[in-house]
Amino acid sequence: MVGRERRHTVTFPRERILERIRRSLAGAHGDGPAPIPRAYRRNGTLPRDQLLTRFVERVEDYHAKVTRVRAHGLPGAVAAALSSRGVRRLAVAPDLPADWLAGLAPSLEVLRDGVPQLLSPGQLSSASGVLSGCALAIAETGTLVLDGGEGQGRRALTLLPDYHLCVVSTSQVVEMVPEAISALAAAVRDRRAPITFISGPSATSDIELSRVEGVHGPRTLEVILVEDS
Amino acid sequence: MRVALFVPCFNDACFPGTLKATVRVLERLGMEVDVPRGQTCCGQIHFNTGYRREAYRLMERFLKVFAGCGTVVAPSASCVAMVREQYAEMAAGVGDPRLEEEVRGLAARTFELSEFLVGELGVEDVGAHFPHRVTFHPTCHSIRGIHVGDAPLRLLRAVRGLELVELPHALECCGFGGTFAVKNPHTSLAMMEDKLRHVRETGAGVLTAVDNSCLLHLMGGMRREGWLGEGEVGSGPGSAGKVWVVHLAEILASGEGG
Amino acid sequence: MRRGTRPGFPAAAPAALADQQLRRNLGKATTTIRAKRAAVSGEMPDWETLREAARAIKADALSNLHQYLERLEESVTRAGGAVHWAGDAVEANRIVAELAAAAGAGEVVKVKSITTDEVGLNRALEARGIVPVETDLAELIIQMAGESSSHFLVPAIHKNRTQIRDLFREHLGRPGLSDDPAELAEAARLHLRQKFLRAQVAVSGANFAVAETGTVGVVESEGNGRMCLTLPRVLITLMGIEKVLPRFQDLEVFLQLLPRSATGERMNPYTSLWTGVTPGDGPREFHLVLLDNGRTRVLADPVGRQALQCIRCSACLNICPVYERVGGHAYHAAYPGPIGSILMPQLLGPGVHDSLPFASTLCGACADVCPVKIEIPRVLLHLRARASDGTGAGSFQERWLMRILGWVFRSPFLYRLGVRTARGLLARFARDGWVHTLPGYGAGWTLGRDLPALPRESFQEWWEGRGGIP
Repeated sequence: MVGRERRHTVTFPRERILERIRRSLAGAHGDGPAPIPRAYRRNGTLPRDQLLTRFVERVEDYHAKVTRVRAHGLPGAVAAALSSRGVRRLAVAPDLPADWLAGLAPSLEVLRDGVPQLLSPGQLSSASGVLSGCALAIAETGTLVLDGGEGQGRRALTLLPDYHLCVVSTSQVVEMVPEAISALAAAVRDRRAPITFISGPSATSDIELSRVEGVHGPRTLEVILVEDS
Repeated sequence: MRVALFVPCFNDACFPGTLKATVRVLERLGMEVDVPRGQTCCGQIHFNTGYRREAYRLMERFLKVFAGCGTVVAPSASCVAMVREQYAEMAAGVGDPRLEEEVRGLAARTFELSEFLVGELGVEDVGAHFPHRVTFHPTCHSIRGIHVGDAPLRLLRAVRGLELVELPHALECCGFGGTFAVKNPHTSLAMMEDKLRHVRETGAGVLTAVDNSCLLHLMGGMRREGWLGEGEVGSGPGSAGKVWVVHLAEILASGEGG
Repeated sequence: MRRGTRPGFPAAAPAALADQQLRRNLGKATTTIRAKRAAVSGEMPDWETLREAARAIKADALSNLHQYLERLEESVTRAGGAVHWAGDAVEANRIVAELAAAAGAGEVVKVKSITTDEVGLNRALEARGIVPVETDLAELIIQMAGESSSHFLVPAIHKNRTQIRDLFREHLGRPGLSDDPAELAEAARLHLRQKFLRAQVAVSGANFAVAETGTVGVVESEGNGRMCLTLPRVLITLMGIEKVLPRFQDLEVFLQLLPRSATGERMNPYTSLWTGVTPGDGPREFHLVLLDNGRTRVLADPVGRQALQCIRCSACLNICPVYERVGGHAYHAAYPGPIGSILMPQLLGPGVHDSLPFASTLCGACADVCPVKIEIPRVLLHLRARASDGTGAGSFQERWLMRILGWVFRSPFLYRLGVRTARGLLARFARDGWVHTLPGYGAGWTLGRDLPALPRESFQEWWEGRGGIP
C-alpha cells in the first residue's frame, strides 16, 4: 500500500464518527443539555403497612412465595423454607450474617463462596439453593435489587442454583423505581457496583407471547420479609 | 352565524348528498352557510403520497379561497386534519412566518362537522329522526388526527329512533389509508375484511362514520360481497342481511325538517 | 435520482397474508400483548409524564450525542472497560471477531441482540471459525428453523408452540417432546446449561449505556443474559450509538417504560446493570463496541432523527394493523413494523427500503403507544416526500396521474372538466351503477372492491345551479 493511502485508511473510526455526529447536528440547537421535565412520581406516598402489602402482592403475582416474620423468627423461617424445598446444599455469600443460618439442620451443607476460594460454576450449580440478602426492594413492581453488598455476594452466586431464597428487611422496601435508582446511585458511583433487578423467577414470553416460567435463572424464587423495626 | 362550507373534492364528486345534508343540518341550527367558489382539493392526496411540492401549491390555493372566511366546516375529518396539521408542517418547512401565521389562523377556525356541532355550538340534539339500527366506525383521522373524541356518538345517541350498536374492535383501522388502498391492495383488503366482519357481527342495518373516504372503501367491499344496501335505507326486497352505508351528516339531516 | 419504488413490501405482503397459520399466530400473540400493555400502562397515573420525560431525555441525548459518547467512553474506560468505535457493520464484525479470537474462543455465547443481526455478526464469526451460540430461546428457534427474526423483541412470534415443538424434536434430539410451553422451556434450559458453564467469551447487545457513570444495561427475561454477562471471562457488548443515556438517574424513566411497553409486565424478570469490570465478580475483560452503521446519517435529518429515540420495546409492532396481518418477514429488514419503516430507509439511504414508508395507512395507533413519543406517522409522511425531494417517487403511472391531478386541482375550470370526464368514464364502464374492474394504477382498488359511478351532479354544480338553496 502506498504511504498516502495508508494514512487515509488509518483515519480513526472514533474521530470519523464524532465528526459525522458534529456535522449532522450542525445548526441544531445544541447549546448544552436541556432541562428534563420530571413531572412523574419520584417518591412513594403509601403508608408503611400498605407499602409492604403491595410489595408482597406484587412479588406473589410473579408466583414467588413470600413469608413475613419478625426478626427473631428469621432463622426458623429460613430453615423451614430450605427444608420444605429439600435443599441439601446451600450456597451463600462470604459475608452472609451467621445468625440467618442458626436454625439450619446440621445435615444441610453450606458452601460459603470465597471461603477459602470462589466456588466454581460447577460447584455453584451443584448447590440446590442460594440464600442471600438484597440491597433494596421495590414494592410497585415486586422487584428485588442486588448490588453485591452485604449478604449478596457476586452475581453468579444468585444465578446458578435453581432456587433463590432472598431475605428482605421491611426497611429496605421502597415504593417506586425512581427511589430505587436514587438509592443505588452511590454504590454505582463509589464502587461500580454491579446491579441486578430480579422480578420473579426466570421466564420467557417467546412462546406465543404468554409468560412461561423456568428458563435459565433460578426457577424458584422465594422471599422472607423481615420486620426490622 | 356565518359558516363557510369546505367541500372536499371526492365528496363533491362522489357524495354530494353528504354535503347537501351538512348544509341542511347547519341551517336547521340557524347558521348561514356560504360555499366559497372554485374549490378543488386541499392537497391531501398529493401530500400523503409524497408529492409535497404539489400539495404546497394546493395549500396556497386553498388559503386564497378561504382567506375572507370566518368559520370553516367540512364533513370530513381527514381533510380537516390536513388543514389543521399538515398545512402547519408545510408552512414551517418553508420558513415563511407570514404564511405560518395565515395557516395558524385558518387552522384555528376550521372544524369537522361533529366537533363543530358538539364542541363549538354545544349541541347534541339536532332534531334528527332516523329509526334504524346503526353502528359507528370511528375513523383514524377523527380519533387520532383531530381528536373529535365521542362527539359523533353523542350526536348519534340524540337522534330519535336510532338504536346505536357498538362496533367490536372499533378503533382498528379499516385499511383504506388513501393511496395505500391501491399501492398495498392485499393488506388493505385484509384489514377491510376484518372490519366488515365486525360490522356484520353487530347486526346493524346501517354503518356510519364521519369520513366518506373510509366509507367508500368499506361500501366497495360490501358491494363486492353482495350485502350492500342500496336505495332508501331498509327498503327493497331482500333487505334483511343488507347493510346501508350513510355518512353521519345524512343521518343528522334526516327526519322532520330534513 | 432513483425513480419508482422497488416492489419490496407490496410484493412480499400477499404471500404472508395468505398464510393462515401465520395470521393466526400473529393475531393471537399481538392481541394478548396489546391487552397486557394497555393494562400496565393504564394503571400508571404518571404514564404521560414519564413518556414526556423519556422523549426529552432521548432528544437531549441525540442533540448532544458526541459529548455524551465521549463522556461514556471516559467513564467506561475509568471503570476498567475498553471502548471501540465501529463506523459500519464491517468494522464492527472485525472488531468483535478479533476480540473473540484474541480471547482464544472457539465459540461465543450470545445474548439476543438485534444489533448483531443488523451487522450480520454470526456470519462474520463463522467465517473466522468461531461458532456463535445463540442462548435466547427465540434466537435458538430461529437458528434451528434457518430463518431470520420477524420481530425484534420476540423474534419467533410467527411460530406457535407446535411448530416450536417440532423444531426442538428435530434439532435437540427429543422425539417425545410435547408442545407444552413449560416443557419446551425446560428443553432449552438443559440444552444450554453446559454451554453457559463452560463459556469463555460472550457477546451481547445493550439496552442503555449511561454516560455519567459508564453503566451498561441489559433488560431480559430468561436469565441467559445474566449467564452470559457474568460467567465468561470476556464480555463484548455491541451497541448502537443512539442508546447512550446522559445520567444514571435517567434509568428510572426507562426501567418503568420499557417492561410495560414491551411485554406488558410491571417489570421484566432480570435487568443487569454493570459498570466496567468488577474484580472477583463477572468478566475480567469488558469491551464496549459503539456502532454507527448509518445512525449518523439518520441524525442529520431534523425530522427523521427522532427514529433514533427508539428503545426497541416493539409496542408499535404489536399494535400495528399492518404488522399484525403481514408479520415481520415481508419487511425484509432487521427492524420491521412501524419503527422499521422509518428507521431502515434512513439507516440505509435510498434504494432497498423505499417501499416501507408506504406500508402504512397512517392510522396513528403506533404513535399513541410509543413510550418515547416518536411521531411515526409524521416521519412516514416526511420520508415519503424526502426520497424524491417532494416531487414524488412513485411508478411512472403514479407520477403522471399525480401530475394530471395537480393541474386539475389548480384550476377550477379543469377541475369541473375533470369531474365531468371522470363521471363519463366511470359511467361507460359501470354495470348497475358500479365499476368492477379498473385498469393500471386503479387495479388494486377493484381487486376486492367495487367503485360507485359518480352521481349526475357534483355538489358544487348543484349549488351553483340552485343559486345556493339546499
